[in-house]
Amino acid sequence: MNQDFPFRLDALRNPVTRRISLSQAVHIDLPLLGGIVVLICVGLFVLYSGSGQSMDTIVRQLSRFAVGMAVMLVLAQIPPRTYKRWTPWLYGIGLGLLVAVLVAGAEAKGAQRWLALPGFGRFQPSELMKLMVPLMVSWYLSERSLPPGWKPVLLASALMLVPAVLIAKQPDLGTALLIASAGFIALFLSGLSWRYIAGLVVAAIPAGAGLWMVMHDYQRQRVLTFLNPEMDRWGSGWNITQSKTAIGSGGIEGKGWLNGTQAHLDFLPESHTDFIIAVLAEEFGLLGVCALLLIYFAIIARGTYIAMNAQDTYSRLVAGSITLTFFVYVFVNIGMVSGILPVVGVPLPLVSYGGTSAVTLMAGFGILMSIQTHRKLVPT
Amino acid sequence: MSAATENQHFTWRYLLVLVVMALAALAVCGRLIYLQVESQDFLQDQGDRRVLRAETIPAYRGIIQDRNGEPLAVSTPVTTLWANPKELVTQQHAWGVLAQKLGMSEKLLKNRILHSQGKQFIYLQRHMNPAKANEILQLDIAGVYELEERRRYFPASEVTAHLVGFTDIDEVGQEGIELAFEEQLKGVDGKKRVIKDLRRRTIKDVGLISSAVPGRDVTLSIDLRAQYLAYRELLTAVKEYQASAGTAVALDIETGEVLAMVNQPSYNPNNRARADVASLRNRALTDVFEPGSTVKPFTIAAALESGKWRADSLVETAPGYLRVGRKSIRDLNNYGTIDLTTVIAKSSNVGSAKLALSLEENALHDLFSRLGLGQATGAGFPGESIGQLPARIRWRPIEIATLSYGYGLSVTALQLTQAYAVLGSGGIKRPVSLLKVNGDVAGERVLDEKIARQVVHMMENVTGEHGTAKRASVPGYRVAGKTGTVHKLSAAGYLDHEYLAVFAGVAPVENPRIAMVVMIDDPKGDAYYGGLVAAPVFSRIMAGLLRVKNIPPDKTVENFANLVEKDTPES
Repeated sequence: MNQDFPFRLDALRNPVTRRISLSQAVHIDLPLLGGIVVLICVGLFVLYSGSGQSMDTIVRQLSRFAVGMAVMLVLAQIPPRTYKRWTPWLYGIGLGLLVAVLVAGAEAKGAQRWLALPGFGRFQPSELMKLMVPLMVSWYLSERSLPPGWKPVLLASALMLVPAVLIAKQPDLGTALLIASAGFIALFLSGLSWRYIAGLVVAAIPAGAGLWMVMHDYQRQRVLTFLNPEMDRWGSGWNITQSKTAIGSGGIEGKGWLNGTQAHLDFLPESHTDFIIAVLAEEFGLLGVCALLLIYFAIIARGTYIAMNAQDTYSRLVAGSITLTFFVYVFVNIGMVSGILPVVGVPLPLVSYGGTSAVTLMAGFGILMSIQTHRKLVPT
Repeated sequence: MSAATENQHFTWRYLLVLVVMALAALAVCGRLIYLQVESQDFLQDQGDRRVLRAETIPAYRGIIQDRNGEPLAVSTPVTTLWANPKELVTQQHAWGVLAQKLGMSEKLLKNRILHSQGKQFIYLQRHMNPAKANEILQLDIAGVYELEERRRYFPASEVTAHLVGFTDIDEVGQEGIELAFEEQLKGVDGKKRVIKDLRRRTIKDVGLISSAVPGRDVTLSIDLRAQYLAYRELLTAVKEYQASAGTAVALDIETGEVLAMVNQPSYNPNNRARADVASLRNRALTDVFEPGSTVKPFTIAAALESGKWRADSLVETAPGYLRVGRKSIRDLNNYGTIDLTTVIAKSSNVGSAKLALSLEENALHDLFSRLGLGQATGAGFPGESIGQLPARIRWRPIEIATLSYGYGLSVTALQLTQAYAVLGSGGIKRPVSLLKVNGDVAGERVLDEKIARQVVHMMENVTGEHGTAKRASVPGYRVAGKTGTVHKLSAAGYLDHEYLAVFAGVAPVENPRIAMVVMIDDPKGDAYYGGLVAAPVFSRIMAGLLRVKNIPPDKTVENFANLVEKDTPES
């Protein structure tokens, strides 16, 4: 099987002038960009309703998307090999920042997640690590022979677990789990032996128990509430009960845009951030949710295509883990809001209100575009 | 490992992850389908329960009005502000302005909020002017809510206070007609469905569950014009004589309707904060007194009824006193030998006693009770007293004698008025009605018509040139009545210098339409006789009533007839 076959054919057809399209020249992947733009537009409509028809919110969100778009386009210009060169350094810087957060971070809502940068505003290093961990694991593994032996596996695990633990300390369990899973996906794609996986599963049981021991009370409460929402219907179960109610009362066709009662009347908590899918579900029904899922699948499909066609191991692992992590975000968010996963505070990608996560996601897509548009047309 | 196998390896792994994730996606989709299709009804219902509230539409309480439809008690919409202390406690910055707008000190408000922190409901201020309440609601302070309520308002205030009564702050009748006709007046609250947000603000109405059924109106028999008049005159007299209390009751003889019923002291039912408890009583119905000389016409009627006496029969009252057992009954003067008419006109105790003693033991008691003394009047007013007319198996002469001039029994002003109405109606007793009566009221004959008419004519002399109550006369009308000056009774026996000045009467004499009793309690000074104190009040109120009821004068009837005859061309 030769992945490069179509391009070779292309080269044969135009042996003298390698015709490249305009988008290729400016390093933009049009299908991916199209999917993102459609998703952003749909998201803004839902956000308008979920935020109580606040035009302010929309304008602020748009400005964040503008920043994210700029970041994406800039990152797309940088060739993958540059990333590869810089990955260990950036990872190191990110790790340092995480430690700095724990030592001197700004506190908000009982969590220490931000680092105040003079003249730059606040900055959340854990967002940077969402990208740096899969990049770092990919970089490390791509330098080793694959499938990795037990030493590289252990080292790769350390590479993702150290930042995950540091982030869990902030405490931000959701992000920690996402980062760990991003690293694990890269590790798995690299050809992780099934024996290690079985071992991991076995190790997961005492690890889970250990995790339970170090968890904060509110985190335990979330897990318990997830396992039995009826236990505390008016307390920590309230969010889930309310979001289920909002989703369910939408039915198949929904109540119509701006006609949702649960979100608009303040019954749905966090209606414009983490629980925004419930607003969509109430107002546009099952059909609306399915349409949104289709947009996500289109983006993931393109990401998969890019990963499959990547020309070196590093690019392949990076593209694969970015794409699949994006899927994890979507799945965890919808699963949490619809009550099949615990509430871990993961926003719905590119739809939930919030700046840093949007910029991080767009940065990831920029790397994807870079991988896709910097391929060499004729293998050397 | 070659790049190709490595690539293949990667693709295979990637697809595996994709499959796992597709399964996860399927789980999410299944969950969504479960929620949105399978559980839709349940969850939609749950959602509706959160936002849809049944809200009470307060029903209007029925209006109490006079016989002409003048409102005496009406309900007006007011706004009550309440607060959820759990929320308000977080709005400390707004306490100052809220307290200022509510007209209370910030400290008081703070204390109230802090005291009720555990509660979800406290009243901030009830029954506010809706415009003022709106001003506060405009501030949009979290935890401050409104409630639509009604407040009872009494336009005629103290003039009708005793009769109409009042309601409590929740519009439940507490006194008077408001209490007696609670069932009729109160409406049935309606319910509507509204969408409310988490802060309990009503977002919109979505439908009516049941409409409010307003209470039925109550139309009283009183005529507000007559009531005002009676109130004014009574108040003037009570003030003039520095009396402790006073009562005036007027009945429509033909129907038994109460045309006016006023008392002093009165109170303002719209603001009872400073009302004295004693002023709350509807004395005309609740307070009893010994009727004194005002029962003498009944004694005469009993004498006439016995057949032993006629209007022109003579009674020896000399020497001005009569010994009965060990007691002696006195007249003011020695009237000598007088006829029955003069017994009434001069109010001779001796004459009355002699007449009574000549009758059968039970004759007086029997007639008194037929006239309604010691009996329920039928008014059905809360707290109404029925007085006391002692029934005895054996009567001692002194008991009969004192009964004949109004001691040893107690009546309410209304009972006495009713008894006079029986005389005025020619012997027909009709139940007293506080409500407007439509059509004729069939009464019960309790006294021979001729005797009743005779007694009324005899009483006319009381208001005549030489009677005891010339001041009770009304220009243009012939008025029949009887004075009473009653020693007040206290725990220590009869008081020497405290009297009730009473005047009871009917008018016009030819065809009596109105019966009235005026009672002034404890007039100070030398003027305490019923003929001096109560009669002028009677005259003025009666004059007004006759005018209000459009009753033609009977004194000038003949002259008027002559005039008409002259003017009519011969045919």
